[in-house]
Amino acid sequence: MTGFHTLLAKEVLRFWKVSVQTVAAPVLTALLYLVIFAQALEGRVQVYDGVRYVSFLVPGLVMMSVLQNAFANSSSSLTQSKITGNIVFILLAPISYLELFSAYVLASVARALVVAAGILATTVWFVEVPLRAPLWALAFGLLGAALAGALGLLAGVCSEKIDQLAAFQNFVILPLTMLSGVFYSIHSLPPAWQAVSHANPFFYMVDGFRYGFFGVSDFPPGASLAIVAASLLAISAVSLWLLKSGYKLRT
Amino acid sequence: MIAGLARADSGSVTVLGSDVALDYRRARRLLGVVPQELVFDPFFTVRETLRIQSGYFGIRGNDRWIDEVMHHLDLASKADVNMRALSGGMKRRVLVAQALVHKPPVIVLDEPTAGVDVELRQGLWQFVRRLNRDGHTIVLTTHYLEEAEQHCNRIALLKAGRVAALDTTKNLLKTISGLELVVRGRDGELSRIKLKDYAELEAALARLRDAGVEIHEIELQPPDLEEVFVRLTGNGRGPQS
Repeated sequence: MTGFHTLLAKEVLRFWKVSVQTVAAPVLTALLYLVIFAQALEGRVQVYDGVRYVSFLVPGLVMMSVLQNAFANSSSSLTQSKITGNIVFILLAPISYLELFSAYVLASVARALVVAAGILATTVWFVEVPLRAPLWALAFGLLGAALAGALGLLAGVCSEKIDQLAAFQNFVILPLTMLSGVFYSIHSLPPAWQAVSHANPFFYMVDGFRYGFFGVSDFPPGASLAIVAASLLAISAVSLWLLKSGYKLRT
Repeated sequence: MIAGLARADSGSVTVLGSDVALDYRRARRLLGVVPQELVFDPFFTVRETLRIQSGYFGIRGNDRWIDEVMHHLDLASKADVNMRALSGGMKRRVLVAQALVHKPPVIVLDEPTAGVDVELRQGLWQFVRRLNRDGHTIVLTTHYLEEAEQHCNRIALLKAGRVAALDTTKNLLKTISGLELVVRGRDGELSRIKLKDYAELEAALARLRDAGVEIHEIELQPPDLEEVFVRLTGNGRGPQS
C-alpha cells in the first residue's frame, strides 16, 4: 500500500461516511427532476423518434448528477482540508503531486459512479431505459466524471473560502450542466442557442452519454468523445501544473 | 521549509543527507512534524487518523506501533472516538502520535506547548525526552526561552529570519558572564545591579551600605537565555523562535 492508495481510500471513505448527503441526496434530487419534468412535459417536448420524453430525461439526469457530484467531491474535500488545515498531513507525506491529483480525481469518479448507479437502479423499474451502446455510455460517464473531478480539484486549489467555491459551483458548474441538453434536445432550440450550446463542453458529455442509451445523438459521438478527452487533458494539465507549483498550497 | 510546506528562495535543506526538494520522498520519511495549529480531520476517529497517517508513509498493518504510541500518549481510551469530540489537549496528543507513526529519526515540534495545560506539558516533555534517549533527534521551535534552556542541547536564536546565534546551551549562557543582583529595600523599592562576576559582589554591597539602603530581600541571578537573546539580537523585539 502506498501513500496514493491510502489517500484514495481516505477520500472514498470520506464521502461514504456521509453518504446520506453525498449519495442519497443527489439520487433523490434527480428523481424529483424526473417526476416533475416528466409529468409536466411528457408529450409536449419532441425528442428522438420512438423515444419517450421520460426515457430521454434519465441519461441526461444521470450525467448531470455525475458531473455535479464529481465536481463537488474533489472541490469540497480539498477546500475543507485547506480551511481546517488538515491538508498539512497530505503535504507533509511523501506523496507526489501526480498521486495527489489521481487520488482526488479517482475518488470523485467513484462517487459519481455510485450516484449514477443509484439513479439508474431506482428509475429502471418504472421508466424504459434501453442501453444500446453500453461501452459508449461507460466511456462518457468515466471521462465526464474525471473531467468534473479535475475541475473540482482546480476550483478547490484556487478557493480559500467556502463561498468562493460555492460561487464557482452556482455560477459556473450549475448553469453549464443545466444548459447542457439534459432536459431537451438542442435541435429544438433556435439556431443561435444551438451554437451557444456547442460551446458548452458539458453538452458533449450529456449528448455522448445519451448516445450510449439510445444509439442516437445530436452530435456524432466519436467527435464528442474526442472533445471530452481533449478537455479532460487540458484541465488535468492545468491542475497538475498548479499542484506542481504549490499554488495556494505551499508557500 | 524543512518539511516542504514552504519553498526556499535560495539555498538548500537536507534531512540526514536527503535534499528536501530533490529527494522529498526520503526526506519526508525521515521527518515527523507536529504542526503548531490544532488541525484534525473531523471525518475520522483517532485510530483511523493514525492508520491513514501510516498509509501516507506506505506503512500498512501498523496497529502494534499505533497502540504503543497511543499508550504512551494516554490516548488508548480515545482510540475509537471521533476527532471532533476530543478536547484541545487530546487533539494535540493525536498530532504528536501522527508525527510518530512512521518512526522518523528526526522529529520537529513546532511550538508544542502553546496553550497546553500543565499536565499535558509535563507528559509531553517526558515522552519527548524518552524519544530523544531512544536516538530520535528533536527539533523544537518555541517562543519560551526557558523551555529551550531547560530541554535543548543546542540552541539557534533567530532574529528576522536569520540565525543570530547557534551553539550549545552551555556556551550560549557563557557568552553572558554577567550576574544580576536584585535588592529590595525596606521601602519596597527594587534596584538591579549588574555585576561582571562574583568578585564584584563585595564592592556592590559596600556601595549599597554607603547609600544607606536597608536590605529587605536580596537575590543573585545567574545569566539566562532571555538575556542572551536580548544581547545577541540587539533589542529582542524582533521575531523570535
